[in-house]
Amino acid sequence: MLKKITCIECPLGCPLSVEMEDCRVIRVSGNKCPKGIIYASSEAENPARFLTSVISSRGLSLKMIPVRTDKPIPKSSLAEAMKEIKRLTINRPVKTGDIIVNDFMREGINLIATRDCV
Amino acid sequence: MITRDLVIIGGGPAGMAAAISAHENGVRDILLLERDQYLGGILNQCVHTGFGLEYFKEVLTGPEYAGRFIKKLSAVPAIEVSLKSFCVSLTREKEITYIRPGALERIRAKALVMATGCREKTREMTHIAGTRPAGIFSAGLAQKLINIEGLLPGREIVISGSGDIGLIMARRFLLEGAKVNAVIEIQSTTRGLLRNVVQCVEDFEIPVYYNHRISRIRGRDRVEAVDVVKVDEKFNDVKGSDFRISCDTVLISVGLIPENELIEMAGGMPIDGIFQCGNSLRVYDIVDSVSKDSAETGRAAAEYLKNA
Repeated sequence: MLKKITCIECPLGCPLSVEMEDCRVIRVSGNKCPKGIIYASSEAENPARFLTSVISSRGLSLKMIPVRTDKPIPKSSLAEAMKEIKRLTINRPVKTGDIIVNDFMREGINLIATRDCV
Repeated sequence: MITRDLVIIGGGPAGMAAAISAHENGVRDILLLERDQYLGGILNQCVHTGFGLEYFKEVLTGPEYAGRFIKKLSAVPAIEVSLKSFCVSLTREKEITYIRPGALERIRAKALVMATGCREKTREMTHIAGTRPAGIFSAGLAQKLINIEGLLPGREIVISGSGDIGLIMARRFLLEGAKVNAVIEIQSTTRGLLRNVVQCVEDFEIPVYYNHRISRIRGRDRVEAVDVVKVDEKFNDVKGSDFRISCDTVLISVGLIPENELIEMAGGMPIDGIFQCGNSLRVYDIVDSVSKDSAETGRAAAEYLKNA
């Protein structure tokens, strides 16, 4: 089976052709760099995205503190992850990269702050 | 009047890169004016990823990308940063008047870098007919309301234009629990990056109507619906193709224009010793290129000061 997808790793947006057999990627073409092959495999077998959002704060200089997952999470869990984020409040100063939630949604993935806030 | 060697107007990615580079190239008296209370410019509200791949070789969000430059800049004592400082006039002699809390300042610059960014095109510029109810926002304003202020400006969204900010906001609204009913694009392809079409619109099965335009916004106090019509290759309406999409909010995402009000006030470019960089020079697709090019501008300003 041949799947046509657009690579989202960088602004070039290469048009990729992904050859699949038994739900596995056997060949990728159209990519201009090695990132395309990795993206095509993950996109065809288990699509994942970085989730970015903001968390409201209490008593800090910023009203909203931007956060992201430190690794892509499965596309299918984005909505559930957002529900989780909505429940959170930050009430202590954070530095960029600080872990807000350990093992967010699944083991080994953290939710981290993306801006300093005092 | 105090004279400064180099004044930079704008503390976004362009202004910060120019300041750092000017210092690296020997300028020892730099004043950076920023109207907001933070450095970073528009990057602070761009909480999504996609920044820094070229410049830092890693995937960053806007605030993270800005943070790296803020850190670097803050470590240089020769760069004085003046926040909440808004320039109100500029002359050909490079006299700058700016206001900051509690003071009206007037200074002269030996060299000046303009890094004032760009503005979003408005509804008026795209000639959308209809009433003027509440609920019509530029995509960037909606982005600021959600990401900086923590306010959701609507629940059922239609986006006019497929610029990158509009596409990013389609996903943002959706993740925040709003419904995005349509993206309407008059051209036959997207104005934004393909990756944004994929990860912001296709991922969430948001309908995109290419070769369509909003012909009318409806609603008295609040937006209630938009009328949409198909256009031919000459952008003329196709008769009888109209349909209506209900919504309470319309986002305008039809492009950006460089902000050059101060330069116009000074009679327009070229002006000896004034340099422009970033989105105020031309609208860029990615910030990595802004940083790279603006560093060149900072170097050019340093060269100018050496020869002055």
